[in-house]
Amino acid sequence: MKLLTCPMNGPRNIDEFQSFGPVRARPDPNATADRDWSRHLFRAENRKGVVVEWWRHVPSNYFFLAERDLVSNEILRTFDASELRDRA
Amino acid sequence: MPLRLLKYGLSRDYPVSGDIPATPELKPAYDVVIIGGGGHGLSCAHHLAKYHGIKSVAVLEKGYLAGGNTARNTTTIRSNYITPEGIAFYKEGVELFERLSQELDFNVMFSQRGQLTLAHTEATMRSFHLRAEMGKHMGTRTEVVDQKGVEELCPLLNMDYGGPLEILGGLWHADGGTARHDAVAWGYAAQASRRGVEIHQRTEVQGFEVVGDRVQAVNTNRGRVACGQVLIATGGMNYDVALMAGVELPIRCYPLQAMVTQPLKPWLNTLVSSVSLHTYLVQSSRGEVVIGGGSDPYQLYSTRSTLDMKEHLAEGAVHLFPFLQGVRLLRQWAGITDMTPDYSPIMGASPLANLWLDCGWGTWGFKATPVAGKRMAQTIADGRVPDILKPFALERFETFQLLNEMGATAASH
Repeated sequence: MKLLTCPMNGPRNIDEFQSFGPVRARPDPNATADRDWSRHLFRAENRKGVVVEWWRHVPSNYFFLAERDLVSNEILRTFDASELRDRA
Repeated sequence: MPLRLLKYGLSRDYPVSGDIPATPELKPAYDVVIIGGGGHGLSCAHHLAKYHGIKSVAVLEKGYLAGGNTARNTTTIRSNYITPEGIAFYKEGVELFERLSQELDFNVMFSQRGQLTLAHTEATMRSFHLRAEMGKHMGTRTEVVDQKGVEELCPLLNMDYGGPLEILGGLWHADGGTARHDAVAWGYAAQASRRGVEIHQRTEVQGFEVVGDRVQAVNTNRGRVACGQVLIATGGMNYDVALMAGVELPIRCYPLQAMVTQPLKPWLNTLVSSVSLHTYLVQSSRGEVVIGGGSDPYQLYSTRSTLDMKEHLAEGAVHLFPFLQGVRLLRQWAGITDMTPDYSPIMGASPLANLWLDCGWGTWGFKATPVAGKRMAQTIADGRVPDILKPFALERFETFQLLNEMGATAASH
């Protein structure tokens, strides 16, 4: 059983969580060409390395962020989404 | 020793050389460099040499021959997809498998035993009707069968009458089959090398020399190789390899896990697949039951296996065939699948003029080994993409002309 530490619920079985994929910057709807929209929709970060991605703890419907290594599958850190917003 | 045998022993034809020659010295240049020594790359090399007279071909393989997804797939061959473009392409693939042993002079153990996909809900039955009509329209053998039909095709199935997973019917695809995956790759490798193609194992591409819109050379751990044309056919590493050439593919990598049981006497004479249980089974010619295919629910480049996925597959398999409960598992493994957003491959041109793509094969690549190789060889030889491959172009994502095969893909996603 692989554990994922939820910022709200603590360490839980990773089966309780759903991955929503790497974080992507949202394009400005008024200034984005079709080509860039397609890029936003269809291309996600897939490099071998650490990604920041959205996860949801399904029973509590809580969304948060995790830094995970795509090669070793090590979860380096989990944190509340407000941290990303404050950084931006 | 009988004298009649001695003349064979003294013949110049013996000792027979191995089917696949040892890796030769790398030359400074080739007309075509194929990156990836799996089924697809070797199939392309064979078609280039045999049908297009292009023999200055090097296949570069990072590891050993056909040791990636060619060795890790679950050997399903079928054409019961849902888009006309998809069905037309995979139909040609099935037809090439039907005569592949003759083509390669190598027994690929193709067994066209048919594939039965099960529906446990009315919604799935509706989608089967659509797939069956599309399949018939495109000239494949695909039809919807009712409960009685399912029982006749596969009498050992647990129909679960009145239960939550009652089998309501199925999609019967008489063209479906299976073949020995290793033999497919070895057969192509043997034929290609007999015609002068060089297969370089343990040869890893580490970068591309791009000048203007052309790849001048690829750099490997064994030196620089100049190239006329380049094909990327590296399975789970497609994203990585294309990125080295500056091409960012719309691909995300997920492990796909599968397993086999101990060998059993023959009892399963079709391929069986359940949409709701995300489980499919096929009995190999050795008697092992191959059970797939669980995609991990998040991106990853690791080929580790997990107990979670084995439990999931075992649960589905034992539900369909309860007598499998006491059977032991023999092996488990995973491969890295390069998933595209629309569950269709990316074949054809890249933004670079002489770099060609045979990528995005996700969980559905083995069945296309002959046809992808044939059509990519034609593309490289002619310098343009044939009509049958045009719908699979990389540009389809920019023009929003996706080819959605998600519902017709068997593995769980």
